[in-house]
Amino acid sequence: MVNLQSIPSPPVHTEERAHEADHPTSLLASFGADQPLKLDCGIDLSPFQIAYQTYGELNADRSNAILVCHALTGDQHVANAHPMTGKAGWWETMVGPGRPLDTDKYFIICSNVIGGCMGSTGPASTNPATGKVWGLDFPIITLPDMVRAQTMLIDRLGIDTLFCVVGGSMGGMQALQWTAAYPKRVFSTLAIACSTRHSAQNIAFHELGRQAVMADPEWHHGRYFEQGTHPHRGLGVARMAAHITYLSDAALHRKFGRRMQDRDLPTFSFDADFQVESYLRYQGSSFVERFDANSYLYLTRAMDYFDIAADHDGVLARAFRGIQTRFCVVSFTSDWLFPTAESRALVHALNASSARVSFAEIETDRGHDAFLLDVPEFFDISRAFLESAGKARGLT
Amino acid sequence: MSMQQQVLPLPGMVAPDTGHYRGDHLLVAEMVERGSKVLDVGCGEGDLLQLLETRGIDGRGIELSREGVNRCVAKGLAVVQGDADTDLINYPDDAFDYVILSQTLQATRQPRVVLENLLRIGRRAIVSFPNFGFWKMRIQLLVGGHMPRTENLPATWYDTPNIHFCTIKDFVQLCDEINVKMERAVALDMYGRPLRVNLPWWFWNMFGEQGVFLLSRAEKGK
Repeated sequence: MVNLQSIPSPPVHTEERAHEADHPTSLLASFGADQPLKLDCGIDLSPFQIAYQTYGELNADRSNAILVCHALTGDQHVANAHPMTGKAGWWETMVGPGRPLDTDKYFIICSNVIGGCMGSTGPASTNPATGKVWGLDFPIITLPDMVRAQTMLIDRLGIDTLFCVVGGSMGGMQALQWTAAYPKRVFSTLAIACSTRHSAQNIAFHELGRQAVMADPEWHHGRYFEQGTHPHRGLGVARMAAHITYLSDAALHRKFGRRMQDRDLPTFSFDADFQVESYLRYQGSSFVERFDANSYLYLTRAMDYFDIAADHDGVLARAFRGIQTRFCVVSFTSDWLFPTAESRALVHALNASSARVSFAEIETDRGHDAFLLDVPEFFDISRAFLESAGKARGLT
Repeated sequence: MSMQQQVLPLPGMVAPDTGHYRGDHLLVAEMVERGSKVLDVGCGEGDLLQLLETRGIDGRGIELSREGVNRCVAKGLAVVQGDADTDLINYPDDAFDYVILSQTLQATRQPRVVLENLLRIGRRAIVSFPNFGFWKMRIQLLVGGHMPRTENLPATWYDTPNIHFCTIKDFVQLCDEINVKMERAVALDMYGRPLRVNLPWWFWNMFGEQGVFLLSRAEKGK
């Protein structure tokens, strides 16, 4: 008989996740009925809250603030242990004392995006009107909505102009949206492994992930929390598929090849014979422990809708006309999710606007995820860009 | 050949041993007015851009090689990876006060189109290139019977990136053809020192190892 295996069921952290969504282990900015978040879909979201972390000190001029925007499945815990998993912050290689985003020099802010599940209002939060979890009643949000919410947080912190907006992947998209929509509030922009629009291939991968979630009977049309369950299989499959897009053929081959997992011979079953299978299953199951399935649907959708040029008559250069912000655009050679060509199109548009832009493509076989990994050349470039911008900003 | 009439003397000739900067870079930097906005096409590792920055000039760069770009960006310079042949088209008219093409013209596929683009993007262009009419080149071809190689151009014919060599005379002719005005012209000898301006053009073409030209658009109808 064939041994059927699937993603192992993780311990269900439903209550812990629900608690974190409403009462995060983070700083919290709450916005009442007088300050609704005006969403692109036409709905005013109110009340709502933003969970955020800060590192370093804001200087007297309030001129050294850097906003870090997190990626699709990231969160505000950039450089501290994650409250649910206990793992190190997702960008500790980049943010900290003496790191490129030096917390001895800069005041670093990172907020959970609207639609997320780590304390900023999203589908996993409680809808104050009903006292129940929002689920699919939560309005569809966009990247510009996320950024609009961040501007309200930055206002609340009393910061007029950010020294830099930094982000990779969906975080890079937010950085570009910030700069296109609020150019006077952004002194410099570091946009990494991203694009000004989501490509057809990327939308296709997102659709695959969403369909996997929705095909899981435990999803219950988005009301799984009322059943005390979570569509961990569907979300796990979505994560596995997405994770492949974050790596590269070369990286997978180097890391795993065709090596077997704790065995020398195939088991003639669907067990995880290969190391790469075991690795993917682990990625799937560890992800579902910390992430909400509906939130995944909303955030992937927000990325799909993103297209800066579309808001400017289809001409990207118009989005950045007359811009004074200093740009640094970074791509990675083996990134096939946001290939260098996407960054180059952005750079051409910035050139057409005579913007001050640096653009480096970094050679690595580690794929899209390279921006989260230890890539010294990337750190050197980020550090130098911020130092040069810091001089222009009068930071010493 | 009307080069002598077009050539204006360069004020403040540069000593060849000034600091650690290359002679042609110092010469180029002397040609750029302070406070102007400059695009350096083929900026290599950013030495010229750094020199310009010390003089309060807002410099940007394009460089073909990834290593060169990344070194520039790691120095905090505003440099993008790009190709003079294909990427200049993305820049709008009059975006810069000066566009510099330093030792790169001979490596482009379409030098004439590149030159035209330089003077579309910039109000002025500064172009420097190795002079293939230099006596050492001529001797190697005439006596040695092989493609010339020099200290500054050490590559063999089969692996050189330089596919469009020209002489100072050739370049002056091209400028005449595409209606480009030469505001200044300087030939540098093999030590990077400017040759005296009152020497005849054939002497420059023979003893100049490289030519440095400050160009602008000729008025229409001329």
